[in-house]
Amino acid sequence: MSSRVFTGRPTPDNAQFSLAFENGTPPLILTRSADAAAKPPKPAATCDSSKDGYTFARMDMTTIRGQFPFLREAVNGHPLAYLDNAASSQKPERVIRRMARFLESEYANVHRGVHLLSERATAAYEDARSVLAEFLGAGCPEEIVFTRGTTEAVNLLANSWGFKNIGQGDTILLTEMEHHSNLLPWQHLAGRVGAKVEFVPVLENGAALDMEAARALIAGRPKLFAFVQIPNTLGLENPASELCRLAREAGVTTFVDAAQSVGHRPVDVREIGCDFLACSAHKMCGPSGIGALWGRAELLAEMPPWQYGGEMVDRAHYDRPATFREPPARFEAGTPPIIEAAGWAEAVRFLNEVGTEAVRKHSVALANLAAEQIREIPGLRIFGPGVRESGIVTFSIEGVHAHDVAFFANERGMALRAGHHCAQPLMRKLGSPSSSRASFYLYNSREEAEALAGILRDAVAFFR
Amino acid sequence: MDNELYQEVLLQHSKRPRNFGPLENPTHAADGHNALCGDEISVTLRIENGKVADAKFTGSACAICTASASIMTGEVKGLTCPAVEALTQHFRQLAKDGTAPEVPAKLEVLGGVHQFPQRVKCAVLPWETLTSAMKTPVEPDQAAASPAAIS
Repeated sequence: MSSRVFTGRPTPDNAQFSLAFENGTPPLILTRSADAAAKPPKPAATCDSSKDGYTFARMDMTTIRGQFPFLREAVNGHPLAYLDNAASSQKPERVIRRMARFLESEYANVHRGVHLLSERATAAYEDARSVLAEFLGAGCPEEIVFTRGTTEAVNLLANSWGFKNIGQGDTILLTEMEHHSNLLPWQHLAGRVGAKVEFVPVLENGAALDMEAARALIAGRPKLFAFVQIPNTLGLENPASELCRLAREAGVTTFVDAAQSVGHRPVDVREIGCDFLACSAHKMCGPSGIGALWGRAELLAEMPPWQYGGEMVDRAHYDRPATFREPPARFEAGTPPIIEAAGWAEAVRFLNEVGTEAVRKHSVALANLAAEQIREIPGLRIFGPGVRESGIVTFSIEGVHAHDVAFFANERGMALRAGHHCAQPLMRKLGSPSSSRASFYLYNSREEAEALAGILRDAVAFFR
Repeated sequence: MDNELYQEVLLQHSKRPRNFGPLENPTHAADGHNALCGDEISVTLRIENGKVADAKFTGSACAICTASASIMTGEVKGLTCPAVEALTQHFRQLAKDGTAPEVPAKLEVLGGVHQFPQRVKCAVLPWETLTSAMKTPVEPDQAAASPAAIS
């Protein structure tokens, strides 16, 4: 962490960051202002697309790649090209080091202790809440509930808010492009309470969400509209703000699955206008085992607990029911992912320096480059829109099974994903129970994107 | 690709699988799938007088799974049910650790799979489906409409 990081020219936007870091002090990202509107604007991310569209204004590719130790790995004598970012992302050295340092000199259980290490651990854990709150544009840190990940966040929401607010005959509206994690908890809830689940359809080939159908279904006043911002399969991005506006006008509560979008593009909950949103650290350069549910403070305040135990209780008795603490503590029973929180905060700081809009442009540019080149392969079909809107390219090749493609690519050092991508109903609807996926992130290079087509051509020659 | 997994014989079986397609008048059938990678296969059998008179498969699966099903359906034809069970056990062992004294030579082409733990399931899936099929008699009205090819 030094001036080495900042190879880009200082701009009015990043000058404050670089100056702060040159002093060796992490920038104070959060202002604990109760008025969200009063906070200073986030530094606008810039991406130098004037040359080839694949460089970052604040950090060049060499600098970025130099921060990821996994890139030193080789696979079968080939440099590792990691194109499985939609499944999970790799970690920069500073996140790894932050977690190690935390374990060495700051670790204890949080909140309860009065001793030194507990104070340090609590400070780091609550700092992570503040950092994430700022990153997502939350009104206050207390709107952030730490969970094990996006999946647990959806289960929390379904069990707590859902079980309280959704009843017999009510409708839960989802889309056809949901990951299993934003499908199964709602189906289970619907089964328990006698509600029904409806789906906004996807257009032909998964090119987009059917907005006309979305309008009609939202107008039918479901109790909840839960949808994914960036699906993990189709390479598209749903118009989250527009969908939330429609829902708000109809009085429908909204939940946004932002697992693929937070840390991959700018995400601001106020800008989106949703009621709840969830994300995971491991998809955005942070550790596995931690994620968050963001909810409007007034909604969280009315929600009952869903897991019971230590930390979340106010007063417990032998002879009468316990009372519970205010959010977010009410939803964080047991010892939370403390080390992971420290690591996640560092990942957010890292991404703030790079700029999430730059990350988005870079990932989408690489995905488009790869898509254009592989499109020429006979029998290859790309799912989703004609032009990539996210860093994800999912495809199937006639006569070559996805599992063999991924195995073949691994022999050349390239990590692809094969299967149904935890979206079985969608892939079945698209007529492809098994497909391959390449997904790009900030540390992927143009060379890696260009290598995909050659590997796929060779795989076709080998298997077909 | 230079490795021991995709041998030429195995590739031939995956590119042009034997016994692929619907079986007329099956007496037993089952579907199998691998939730991890999306392999889906159906195995249909005609068991007569305690022996496998015919065996076929359909589905959409990777090269390893398809080749395994192709070889398997050939090998079990004519075997008694206990002999099929014994062969299945031996094959599972072969796929798991590469050692199996009593498998027909044709199956040995799949022996390399044990070096690739994530692919063991691919090779074994047809055999698991076979085991399941042998326990699942087809209802008479189902037999009339035998399963169509998935892919």
